[in-house]
This record gives sequence, structure tokens and C-alpha cells, in this order.
Amino acid sequence: MSHTNDTHAAQDGGAIAEIKKVTIILSVLTIVELILGFWMIGMESKALVLGVKGTIVILMMAKAFYIVAYFMHLKHEVKNLIMTIVVPLSLFFWFIVAFLADGNSFRNLRNTYNPYYKEQSTIKVVQPAHGEAHGGGEHEAGKGAGAAAHTDSAAHHTDSTKKQEAKNEETKH
Amino acid sequence: MSTTTTASPTEAKLWGGGKSPFSVEYGKVMMWYFLMSDAFTFGAFLISYGTVRFSTNGWPDPNLVFRSFPFAPEGINAPLVFVSVMTFILIVSSVTMVLAVHAGHNMDKKGVVRNMIWTIIGGIAFLSCQAWEWNHLFHEGAWWGRNPFINADGTASSSNFTNFFFTITGFHGFHVFSGVLINIIMLIMTLTNQFEKRGHYNMIEKAGLYWHFVDLVWVFVFTCFYLL
Repeated sequence: MSHTNDTHAAQDGGAIAEIKKVTIILSVLTIVELILGFWMIGMESKALVLGVKGTIVILMMAKAFYIVAYFMHLKHEVKNLIMTIVVPLSLFFWFIVAFLADGNSFRNLRNTYNPYYKEQSTIKVVQPAHGEAHGGGEHEAGKGAGAAAHTDSAAHHTDSTKKQEAKNEETKH
Repeated sequence: MSTTTTASPTEAKLWGGGKSPFSVEYGKVMMWYFLMSDAFTFGAFLISYGTVRFSTNGWPDPNLVFRSFPFAPEGINAPLVFVSVMTFILIVSSVTMVLAVHAGHNMDKKGVVRNMIWTIIGGIAFLSCQAWEWNHLFHEGAWWGRNPFINADGTASSSNFTNFFFTITGFHGFHVFSGVLINIIMLIMTLTNQFEKRGHYNMIEKAGLYWHFVDLVWVFVFTCFYLL
């Protein structure tokens, strides 16, 4: 950028250049995320899936940083203001770790001590509506078959889901 | 009193009064604190979604659920395509919002009006996409309390998936909707020369902060529901 005498115009150009730069960065990050998302479809290796998901989360954080720092202009604010916003948000580190660990622990406990839950979550069911309707291409026919498959699969559901389904039927009518 | 006089001179200058220590106006600071609290609301939603997902053995595969596209034949298998269109619409509308704020700094009324119109169009386009997607999923049998999609491992799913999806994208969609309303009000105020009379376009900046926050939340919602 040439240093013109008109400082206002120079600042102007700098701001526009920054907006352009951040736009390009955000687009590239999104495209990379989408490529990773496509790559993950049908991926067999569990470890690789986990790695790709971790990468996507890191890219997500990078996008968040660029939006907050440049589009929301936080990077150019006074440091005290930045701290009053960013420090409380760091509570999220604890929230995420604690709750996800708790969820994971609940799953392990159920799988260990609740054989009924474990058995229910291994019974395979017929794919209702969706796959059929889309494979067939006939919306109405697919829907009918789907509804039938749906009631079939309900037989395999746990009692609580059965009750849920019954409730749904009620609300539908 | 002696402690205050021994404090470093820059500190005394910053907090000594007669000067804004954050050097932004009151309204903007409050907008930041509102957005911080809103971030906790969205965070609570997304973390509860993550917790339930971590505590369940099976979960539907998003690539099999979100794979349709408007005006495409019914049998199309296009995972991630529609949602990437939505994501880019929101990013572009965020960029036009930055340009509107920038034009406001230069007291360029024409630039503000043009970029606000583009931002509003982007917001409405995003809402239309979401309306289409909700309608499509509804016709496939998905709604609060019912989930027609089985888990990725072929087992029966619960309605947790649809409950979280509709609640969180709905809450985000409501934010987009109110953002569009705010932007329309800002556009009207610009057109009626209210900001010209005030001598500054600070209100555009505050609306801009809200709009970028909506884009920011979508980055997280998009990742959590469609990619992970």
C-alpha cells in the first residue's frame, strides 16, 4: 500500500484490505471444512473420523476468532474491554469438558449396569421412510411404505419410546 | 490515598476520570455484554446437545438426514450441499454488514444504504433456506417428538436428535429474524437521515455486532449438526 499524504484514504484502504483478507480466510476455512465433511462420508476408520472431527473443531474455532476479532472489531478495542468479555467466556472450557465427560460417563454406566438399555441399542431396525422414499423417487408411495416401516420398528422400541409414539399419535389426531 | 498516587501514571490516567476507560460508547459496551450472555445461552443449548449425544450409544448420520436440495429431484443424495449454500449466504451478509459499518465511519450514507440492503437480502435468503429445510424435514416426518431417521449403526433412534435440531436451529433462526428486523429499522433510520442529524453512525455498529454474532453462532450450529 502506497503511503499517500491523505492519511484518511490510507486508513480507508487498510480497512477494506483487512475486510477482503478476512473474507477470503473465512471462505477458505469453510471450504476446507466442507471438503473434510465430504471426505468423512463412509469413512471406515474410527480413529481417522475422530481426527477429522478434531480438525473441523479447530477450524471452527479459527473461524470464530476471525469473526470476533476482525468483523466484530474486538481486536482493535481497548485491552480492558477485551478482557471483560473473553475472561468470562473462558468458563466454556470447564462447561464443555465437565458436561461431555459426564455424558460419556453416563453412557458407560448404562452400558455396564443396564443390560436392557445395551440390548435395545444393538437391535437393528428397518430404515423407515427416508431411504425408501428417496431411493424410489415416488414421494407418496415412499411415504406410505415409510409409515408402515415406522410402526414395524416401533415394535422394537423400548417401552418409553412406545409411550412417546403413542403420545405423538394422539397429538397428530 | 498514597497508594493511588504511587500507581503507574498510565493507570492513573486511564481510570482517573474524565476519560472513557474502554473508549467505546455505553451502548456498544452493553451490546457486547448482551452478546456475551447470549453466547452462554447458545452454549448451554449446544453443550446439552453434546452431553446427550455423548450419553447415547447410537445417533443418526447427518449425511443421510440432510441430503436434499430445493428444486432437485426427490431421490437426490447431496449431503452438505444445501447447508454450505446457507453458510455462504450468512458469511456474505456478514461481509456486507462490515462494509456498511465501514461506510458509516466515513459518513457515507449511500454506502450504508446499499450495504444494509444487501445484508437484509442475505438475512431473508438465509431464513428462506431454513424455512425450506424445516418444511422438507417436516414432510419427511421429523418434528419435535418424532424422528423418522434411524441411527447410523442401524438401530432405532430416539427423538433427541430432532428435538435438539429444531430447538437450536429454531432459536438461531429467531435470532436471524430479529437481526433482519433490526437491520430494516437501521435502514429506515438511515434513509430518514437520523444518523446524519446525530453526526455519527454508531447505531449501525451496534446492529452490526448483533448481526456478526448471529453469523458466529451459525458457525457453531453448522459444525455441530451437519459436520460432526
